[in-house]
Amino acid sequence: MCTLCGCSTAVLAAHPDREPPAHDHAHTHDHDHAHAHPHGTIDFGNGPAGVHIPGLSQERTIRIERDILSKNDAFAATNRARLRNVGVFALNFVSSPGSGKTSLLVRMIGDLKQRWPIAVVEGDQQTSRDADRIRATGAPAVQVNTGKGCHLDAHMVGHALDHLPLAPGGLLFIENVGNLVCPAAFDLGEAHKVVVLSVTEGEDKPLKYPGMFAAADLMLLNKSDLLPHLEFDVGACIASALSVNPRIQILTVSARTGEGLAAFYSWIEGRAAAMTGQAAAVG
Amino acid sequence: MHEISLMESVIALIEDQRRVQDFSRVRTIRLQVGALGHAEPAALHFCFSAVAHGTIAEGATLEIDMVPGQGRCPACGELVALDDRFAPCPGCANPHVRMTAGDELRLAELEVE
Repeated sequence: MCTLCGCSTAVLAAHPDREPPAHDHAHTHDHDHAHAHPHGTIDFGNGPAGVHIPGLSQERTIRIERDILSKNDAFAATNRARLRNVGVFALNFVSSPGSGKTSLLVRMIGDLKQRWPIAVVEGDQQTSRDADRIRATGAPAVQVNTGKGCHLDAHMVGHALDHLPLAPGGLLFIENVGNLVCPAAFDLGEAHKVVVLSVTEGEDKPLKYPGMFAAADLMLLNKSDLLPHLEFDVGACIASALSVNPRIQILTVSARTGEGLAAFYSWIEGRAAAMTGQAAAVG
Repeated sequence: MHEISLMESVIALIEDQRRVQDFSRVRTIRLQVGALGHAEPAALHFCFSAVAHGTIAEGATLEIDMVPGQGRCPACGELVALDDRFAPCPGCANPHVRMTAGDELRLAELEVE
């Protein structure tokens, strides 16, 4: 059951495919009963958990060994399966506030809506301004207000999907809350995280916020039309992004002029086709 | 402040456990947190006191075991200690050490009664 609103939308699953983390901590793993001990398993089988302290016999230790984000990850897995079953290719756009995510999406929808059905989830702390901008393009959009929350989580996105038309072969753009820290940790069920960095920010931002750049598969260096007016070192920016994530792909784009977007659209086309192909191969 | 979400997730996991196990009080909550991860122990403690009120976890002691960073160097094959996520191999200076520990965010165990 969902702990946020009491709905029942997800089935919790353990993660047997996770590599057990090596660790080093103060408490002992010695118990007076046997259990299999690869971390990642849930072990609460045999009554009192093996710590018997005189005078505190009612107290026991329960080994849990669950990732704190396991609930979010379970919701994300549900979202991912749902999108894959329908054949919708989802991107999670993350960035600091003001990098131009919404302008980029407005431009993309204008360029791509004849080619793909597009739906949008907009995440902000307050207001429906961004969803209003998206709807003005003709694309369906759901605004998620996170209130005090600093990121979208998979549960919120699952509910948003209930309110969007998910067309086979379509695209879903999720615009996360403007925040280069927290959204890195929350899988939403997307195919890829796309981090947007604008040239009006510092070229060393990937070094300052490495978690987000490490989590993304593609970086869009936006507002390239402003480069002639700035002392922004594109090479240094690319180098800093690659130093925190050697696998990240990088495209320089301008939502205003459209520069570089054709390459981004090709990237989307290739990745979406790969996802659909894999889904077909799986059955 | 995603530490609030994280501690809410911890309490949700404990509530799940209460439905399966039979306990009425949590004395100690033990977390494993990676030293190279994105959760700050001091913020986790702070947020815990804020979100535990009125839940099964109210009054429990929160213990956080830090898991040191560790990685495997793809070049020399050594398992090396990492002080930061993108540190080069201290042995051969290869910059692409694959992190094997230090990113944990786990609810390890509970002491209950």
